[in-house]
Amino acid sequence: MKSESLRDAYGKELVKLGSKDADIVVLDADLSSSTKTGYFANAFPDRFFNMGISEQSMVTTAAGLALSGKKPFVSTFAIFLTRTYEQIRQSVCYNNAPVRFVVTHGGITVGEDGATHQIVEDVGIMSGLPNMNVIVPSDSIETRSVIDYLANVDKPHYVRLSREKFPVINDEDYEFRIGKSITMKDGTDLTIIADGVMVSKSMEAAEQLKKQGISARVINMPSIKPIDRDAIIRSARETGHIVTAEEHSVYNGLGSRVAEVVSESYPVPVRRIGMRDTFGKSGKAWELFSYFHMDVKDIINEAMTCLEEKNYENIP
Amino acid sequence: METYQVDLSEIALRIRREIVRMVYSAQSGHPGGSLSIADILTVLYFKEMNIDPKNPTDPKRDRLILSKGHASPALYATLAIRGFFPISELSGFRKIDSHLEGHVSREIPGVEVSTGSLGQGLGVGVGMALAGRLDHLDYHIYVILGDGEMEEGNVWESLMAGYKYNLRNLTAILDRNGIQLDGYTRDIMPLHDIHSMVESFGWNVIEIDGHSFSEIESAIEKSKTSERPTFIIANTVKGKGVDFMENNPKYHGSPPESEELYRRAISQLGEEL
Repeated sequence: MKSESLRDAYGKELVKLGSKDADIVVLDADLSSSTKTGYFANAFPDRFFNMGISEQSMVTTAAGLALSGKKPFVSTFAIFLTRTYEQIRQSVCYNNAPVRFVVTHGGITVGEDGATHQIVEDVGIMSGLPNMNVIVPSDSIETRSVIDYLANVDKPHYVRLSREKFPVINDEDYEFRIGKSITMKDGTDLTIIADGVMVSKSMEAAEQLKKQGISARVINMPSIKPIDRDAIIRSARETGHIVTAEEHSVYNGLGSRVAEVVSESYPVPVRRIGMRDTFGKSGKAWELFSYFHMDVKDIINEAMTCLEEKNYENIP
Repeated sequence: METYQVDLSEIALRIRREIVRMVYSAQSGHPGGSLSIADILTVLYFKEMNIDPKNPTDPKRDRLILSKGHASPALYATLAIRGFFPISELSGFRKIDSHLEGHVSREIPGVEVSTGSLGQGLGVGVGMALAGRLDHLDYHIYVILGDGEMEEGNVWESLMAGYKYNLRNLTAILDRNGIQLDGYTRDIMPLHDIHSMVESFGWNVIEIDGHSFSEIESAIEKSKTSERPTFIIANTVKGKGVDFMENNPKYHGSPPESEELYRRAISQLGEEL
């Protein structure tokens, strides 16, 4: 399967948007060559602001730009944006200033740089903020569509991208819609709901389960907030068991959101795959999934456990 | 913009009376740092700023950010007296059926930015000043900071940004009253030499008596034509105008606690109850 860089897709799409819309401005904190906002900086130097290693200044400045009618995109590594949580809360979200945070290097796929740079709490932190929407794209195609969507939003958004290239899994004509999920593969025995790179891993798991006669539905849930409640409830009703998979802590991320919806509306067992109250570590990005029990084999194991429970329940 | 022929000292007294009324009625709020900026707000809103209460979202308007958002009573009183909303609404301050939030809220007509967590307003001002430049509009941005607030790192980050982009359309005004919640700023976290500190960040620094209308006006006029962003150090008295509140850290965040003190304060501000 072909893999592509999400941050590179972001950087290039930003230049396209910038050439169509003069209100788009971009801020970075000394990481533009890594976040790929450097493409925009080269194309539109007057609308690019390198704020230095001063994230608080970057976020408050972006709030001022947004409150004056500009369309600011703010980029740094996911880990460094969270140090300015309170500026995001007060100056951006409470003012409902439509700042677009597009961060890269989320999750454990940062790899060798290790635990200090592998944030697995960010989706939870951002989802808790009133007015904030949270999006985790699964590949480069979805990333481009999300960036296009961001051009005309009227409230703050947080988009989490990766350092690593991810397998390309969406169709070329894919169009992102806020609050909507995509059924990547239909199935009847259980549903795997995933975001980010875990969508491609879940599809691979579903292929292997199929060989064992198990029909797994796979849902790509890029919009963590607002979340696609209807799709979750329909899956709970139709398949009875849900497995979630995310490159993030199981606390306050996709798995928690899915479990909330299910327990409020149609209780069925939910098993969550993700980081379990732990920091990451140095290593090759793709080795870390196995190390933290978040790989394809782990998704299969959770699915099998689900079905064993399901069979047990069915004994009269 | 309409021209305003007004008696600034009468307006400042009226703002101060409303501040005391609001915090007394709410039995909550921050009178000390509100009274210390009353003269600055008077000059800005009744003499210097290009604003129109009938058209509060005019893209060409000047903008003020009260970064020390706990001084909300001063801004609310000023906006009401200037005509942005009815003065009668001030009695709702901090109450559940009112829009007058405890700290400055953007829901209120005339307010540009919600503030209340210190250190953030100057950065927002930097963003607004950049937007004005991009849009080729010559409006001016004013940011009022507290001196306890200068302990926040965000302020110094934004001073760097103001210098980098040479934001001549940005003026910061420091309410240098020397007191913060826990006591005197010189004891809590001294700013060795604020004048040279800010100057060394590349800003044009002007030091004034923050209770002299002529000095405030002259400093603001100078800032409008400065080749650099301007930082006005306004030396003020916390609790200015009410004897038992002046220079008293207790009244950073406490209302007059008795009707007797309330009457005394209002009387000192030119009205007998």
